[in-house]
Order: sequence, then structure tokens, then C-alpha cells
Amino acid sequence: MAENQDTYNYKVIRQFAIMTIVWGVVGMTVGVYIAAELTWPWLNNVLDVPYFTFSRLRPLHTNAVIFAFGGSALFATSYYVVQRTCHVRLISDKLAAFTFWGWQLVIVLAAITLPLGYTTTKEYAELEWPIDILLAVVWISYAIVFFGTIVKRKVPHIYVANWFYGSFIITIALLHIFNNLAVPVSMWKSYSAYAGVQDAMVQWWYGHNAVGFFLTAGFLGMMYYFIPKQVQRPVYSYRLSIVHFWALIFTYIWAGPHHLHYTALPDWTQTLGMAMSLILLAPSWGGMINGIMTLSGAWEKLRSDPILRFLIVAVSFYGMSTFEGPMMAIKTVNALSHYTDWTIGHVHSGALGWVAMISMGSMYYLIPRLFGRELYSLKLVELHFWTATIGVVLYITAMWVSGIMQGLMWRAVNPDGTLTYSFVESVQAMHPYYLTRWLGGTFFLFGMLVMAYNVFKTVRSPKTFEVNDTIPTPALVAH
Amino acid sequence: MFENSIFTSQFWEWFIIIPTVGGILGCFALIIWLGSDSSSKSDDKEVKTMGHVWDEDLAEYNNPLPRWWLNMFYITLVIASIYLILYPGLGSYAGLLGWTELKQYEQEMEDADNRYGLIYAKYAKEPIAELAKRPDAVRLGKSLFMTYCTVCHGSDAGGVPGYPNLRDNDWLWGGTPEAIKTSITHGRKGNMPDAETNNLNSDADIDNVVEYVLSLSGKKHEEAAAVKGKEAFNKVCFACHGTDGKGNQMLGAPNLTDDIWLYGSSKATITETITKGRQNIMPAHGEFLGEDKIHLLASYIYSFSLNK
Repeated sequence: MAENQDTYNYKVIRQFAIMTIVWGVVGMTVGVYIAAELTWPWLNNVLDVPYFTFSRLRPLHTNAVIFAFGGSALFATSYYVVQRTCHVRLISDKLAAFTFWGWQLVIVLAAITLPLGYTTTKEYAELEWPIDILLAVVWISYAIVFFGTIVKRKVPHIYVANWFYGSFIITIALLHIFNNLAVPVSMWKSYSAYAGVQDAMVQWWYGHNAVGFFLTAGFLGMMYYFIPKQVQRPVYSYRLSIVHFWALIFTYIWAGPHHLHYTALPDWTQTLGMAMSLILLAPSWGGMINGIMTLSGAWEKLRSDPILRFLIVAVSFYGMSTFEGPMMAIKTVNALSHYTDWTIGHVHSGALGWVAMISMGSMYYLIPRLFGRELYSLKLVELHFWTATIGVVLYITAMWVSGIMQGLMWRAVNPDGTLTYSFVESVQAMHPYYLTRWLGGTFFLFGMLVMAYNVFKTVRSPKTFEVNDTIPTPALVAH
Repeated sequence: MFENSIFTSQFWEWFIIIPTVGGILGCFALIIWLGSDSSSKSDDKEVKTMGHVWDEDLAEYNNPLPRWWLNMFYITLVIASIYLILYPGLGSYAGLLGWTELKQYEQEMEDADNRYGLIYAKYAKEPIAELAKRPDAVRLGKSLFMTYCTVCHGSDAGGVPGYPNLRDNDWLWGGTPEAIKTSITHGRKGNMPDAETNNLNSDADIDNVVEYVLSLSGKKHEEAAAVKGKEAFNKVCFACHGTDGKGNQMLGAPNLTDDIWLYGSSKATITETITKGRQNIMPAHGEFLGEDKIHLLASYIYSFSLNK
């Protein structure tokens, strides 16, 4: 029954889709809680144990939203897209099932070890070596399933979404393995294989490309399938896809050093990082144009279709944060923005505005089709859309103001050349913006809860149509 | 070409230069190649797709690259290229401007010295004891303190555990103007050896000394243990803290009789201090701040003693 070659494998997609919602709720709840800890620091000590302090929960939040929520969404959509655009079932149901259970195990282990304080201290790569090895095995299995399916495809051309999913899978394998090379000294402690500034450089090579490939290329793959599907129009420009794909993957891989401007990193590395970050603007916007212009001629659909609105607003936030990014990579701007909340705002305009919203839109498209049930309520999608949008806007504007204020306070000098403000004064000044950020996060989480409810009601309702998981016969393909 | 190479071999120079230049030229080539062709316009209603169809209805138009976008791409490529000519980026190539991070730092420090140096220099000749009574000098010293010292000593100079209170007129290394200046200029290293080094080999030995130390400042203690502790104290601890426990400013050894504590006065903390010892450091600021600023900083700190 499982190995039915006439149908697509939807089981693993259903599992990942549901876990996307679950981890979204979990990751964002932790996010809202740590935002509250920053606003009201006494929350850190409320139970008088170290496990729930900001320092322990912050990596849990980032891992949960990036790898658990974002990762599950990427697995779900890439398995869906690669099958439906290759017209072939995943090459192995067993291996696909292994990627699901393996990935969930990695997340659960992260959720246990990070609050306990086991960490490599590398940002977004905090997991200790045994979990890293498991993650690497799962990831390579994922690559085998994905590329194996591409190889077996029944259509001559590889659809553009798969280019992006493919580049994301290959690059994340490289980044994860090389950044986490370490010498274990015990079960839960290891030392990085790199020392000093090289360690920092490898870490940010990883760190920025986690953004570039995990949070960008992968989600562009989502964009290239779900926007044309939802609008029911062809992708705007094939040649734009080619140019921005190759330019994007070439340029992104160099951008890491802009995280280390004005540090011990050699001058040449900083210069290259900044130059490549600047070039990155156009390739990024190429993706935005291709996504938004696919709507050309069907703009009125935005008014009536909240799912499409999720997708298009996501691409707009993508355009905004990929303009902001190159700008912040310029050394003179970076001298002001670095180490301030502006960076946090920038990350969240990408993470909430782009990554989360494109995932939510895609899931609203996907889940009814996976379960053979109409969406329980479009009104609730509408409500989710507005609370999410308000949440993002509150979040990023608060962080812009707070970040720029911090930067200006830190560099302000008296007529005698001494600093006008002590550090703690800048911390005090941040309080209202931390409150606003927490409020924005709460809005966003509320939207996510609405989505969870909507999905729950959808899945639990009686079946309204047959799931279309039949693989088209070759006759249908050749036209 | 690479006379001041920072690499172990020329291989690394080309390892950086070839992919960088090649990649940028590749981007140019890509947009020249795909940007020049303007066939299959989208405003034509009869526009054709590429002819491939996936998953029932997925297709692609082949609209030309938007002109404004192409221009933006060209501009960023040109700016990045110019930047790489002017600044160090291509291996050890130094860039036409000769800019380095270090030079920029030194230049900014020099500019600051030129701009602000005189403000401080005019106080340099006056003795600290006099400056400590002058509000203008104390104010300047205070703003220096707020910039450089508060991270450890607190914005009120009251200290936190491990970082001395500077207002209490109790000095580890001496409170004269000269001693304060020396502390700031050259830094200080406090070193209290651990129990093993001090020949206190059992928990009971340590406990006895703890009780004696508690007794020195008149705190609650067990008399019998303190008597035994005194014996041990006078064999080892006295070398730095003195037989009377009043400390020695030459060594930075604290006075144990005044009930002022650097690390804390609880029995647990004193036990920890004696068991593990304490290593502490006040970093040297001479090179960083320069003589004139330190003179004013010392005046500010010395002014606390005058108010007592």
C-alpha cells in the first residue's frame, strides 16, 4: 500500500505540515516569553532556576523557529513540490519517513539540551556534537530523497522551485558540517576545530548563509511554486529566474564577513564581504520581482484572497529586508547599526515578514489539498493576516527606533570628548521599545494560534473532496 | 605585486583574487547576455510561455529583465568593483587609498587628541590634592570616570563584589594621589593563594582560619575554632595581612579588621576565598588614556577622601 507508484507520497508531507504549525506555536511562544524577559527582567528569576533565563531560552527560540518551524515547512513544501513538478513519487518512503522522525528527534533534543545549558556557543549552531551528527545524517538522507526524486523525474525540465530547494539542501549540508567540526571532550562538550578569528569567520560564513540558503533560497523555492499556483498564472520571467538564481547563490556565500566589520578579521576579508553584500541587492530583488510580477494582470485577486495576500506581503517584506541588508553591510552604516537592536529588527523583518508569512500562506494552500478538506474558515485566515502584519510592523519599527537610538547614544560625546551616556542609560532608554516589540510579538503569536485553531478545525472536519495525489500519466505530460 | 603579502604563499593570493574577479565578471556577463534580448514582451496579450508545463498548469513567461533592475545591478557591480580597487580586498593588494582598519583607528585617536587634548593638558601641572578641591577639575574627572571606569566600579564608584568601592576611604593599594595614579597607570594584580598553597590541608584547618578572620572584624564566630585559626593565621596569612590582620598596601593585601569586604563577608564567601584563593586584576590604562587624563581621573577619585 505504501509503495503505490501511481500516487505521490503525501503522508510525510502531512506530518511535516502539521509539525510546522506545532513548532510555529512553540517557537513563537518562547520568542514572546524572552521578549517579555527583556522588558521585565525579573521574569528571568521567577522560578529561581537557570533553565528559563533569557540566555538559555534565546537559542531555543532561534532553533525552534528557524529549524523546527521553518525547517518543517521547507521539508513539507519541498517534498510536495519536487513530487508534483517531477511527476514522480519520492524515491523512498522509508528514507522520507526517516527524515521526518530524525528531524523531530533533533528538535526535541535541542529543546532539552539548550535549556540545560549544553551549547557550543556558536549562534544558530548551538547544538552539541552528538545532535550535530544526527542532524548531518538526516540532512544527507534528505538530499538523497530530494535529488533521487529529481533524477527519476518524468518531465524533461527541472522546475525553478527545485533549483532553489536543491541549492538550499546542498549548501546547508556544507555549512552545517564544516561549521560544526569540533573535537569532543565528553558526551555534551566539544571544542571547535577552528581557533580565534578563523572560528569567527567560519561561524559567520555559516551564520549568514543559514540566512541566505536556509531562510532565503529554500523559501524562494516555496515562492516559485505557491504564488503561481495560487494566482493561477505563469511565473513572470524564466530568464529573470536564471539570472537571479545564479547571481544569488554566487554572491550570498561571500557575505558573512559583514558580521565582523571593524573586528580582528583581516581588512581584505571585510572589504570582500561588504562588496559582495552590496552586489546581493539586485539578485535578491530579482526574486521579489519574479514573485510579485507573477500577479501582473491579476492584481484584483489580492483584494479577495487572504492566502495570496500572505504570499505577496511576504515577498514585499523580502524585498524590504534585502534592501536593508546590503545597506547595513556598508561599513559606515554598520558602524552605527552593529551590536544594536537594529540587527534584531532586520532579522525579524526577514524572519517574520518573509519566512513566516510565506510559510503560512503556503500551508494555507497546502493543508486543504493534503487532507481533502476545505479550509475551515477564510475569515480566520483574514484575521491571522492582519494580526501578523500588525505584529511585524510593530516589531520592526520598535527595533529600528531602539537600534538607531542605541547607536547614537553609544557614540554621543560631550564637549570634552567623553561619552555622553553610560551603557546602562542606553539600556534604560530601550524599555518602551522592548515593550512595543513584545506587543508586536504577541500579535504575531496570536495570529499563529488562530492559524493552529483553523488548521485543527480543518483537519478534524469531515472529508469534502478526494485528495488529488494521482501521478499524471505520460500522455497528460506531453503537450 | 604582493610585496607586503600577509599569506604563507602566493597560492592564497590567487585563491582569493580569481574567484572574486571571475565572479564579478561572471555577473556582468550573465546580465549582458540575458539582459540584451528583449523578445516575448508581456504586454502583448498573446504572450507565449516557455512551453514547459509542470503539475497541470505551472508555466513560465520569459519577460525581459526590467530595465531599472538591470541598471541597479550594473550600478552595484560598478560600485563594488571601484570599492575593490580603492580598498584592500584582493589578496594582499593594498588598495589605492592605502586604507587599513588600524590606520583609521590611529587617525581617529589622533584627531580626538588634537581636538580634546588641550582641555586636559591645562590641568596637568597642578597637584592632585589641589585639583580635587576644584569643581571644574572634578567634573572633568567625573566624566572621564563615567566613560572608562563605570563598567567595573559602577557609575557611583561604589564598586560591586570583586571590584573595589572607591568612595569608602579604604584602600587596597593606597589612597595617596600618587598611589591612585599608579593604580590607574600601571594597573594592579591582586593575588591571594589558595588553601593548598597556604598549607591549609583540611576543611577543619580552613574552617578555623575562617572563624578567626570573622573574629578580626568583630563578627559572630566560634571562639574555640578562632583560637586555633589564629595559630594558622600567624604561620601563613600574616605574611601579607600582617599579624594584626590590618593588611599591607604594598602587596594589595586587604585590611581584615575594618569590616569592608571586596568579595563578601558571609561565612560561605570567606571560606571560598580561603579555599580557592583570589586572582584579580585592574588593567593598566597608562598607554590608553595618557598622563593628562589619568591626572584628572585621580583627582576625581581622590576627591572622595576629602569629603570624609
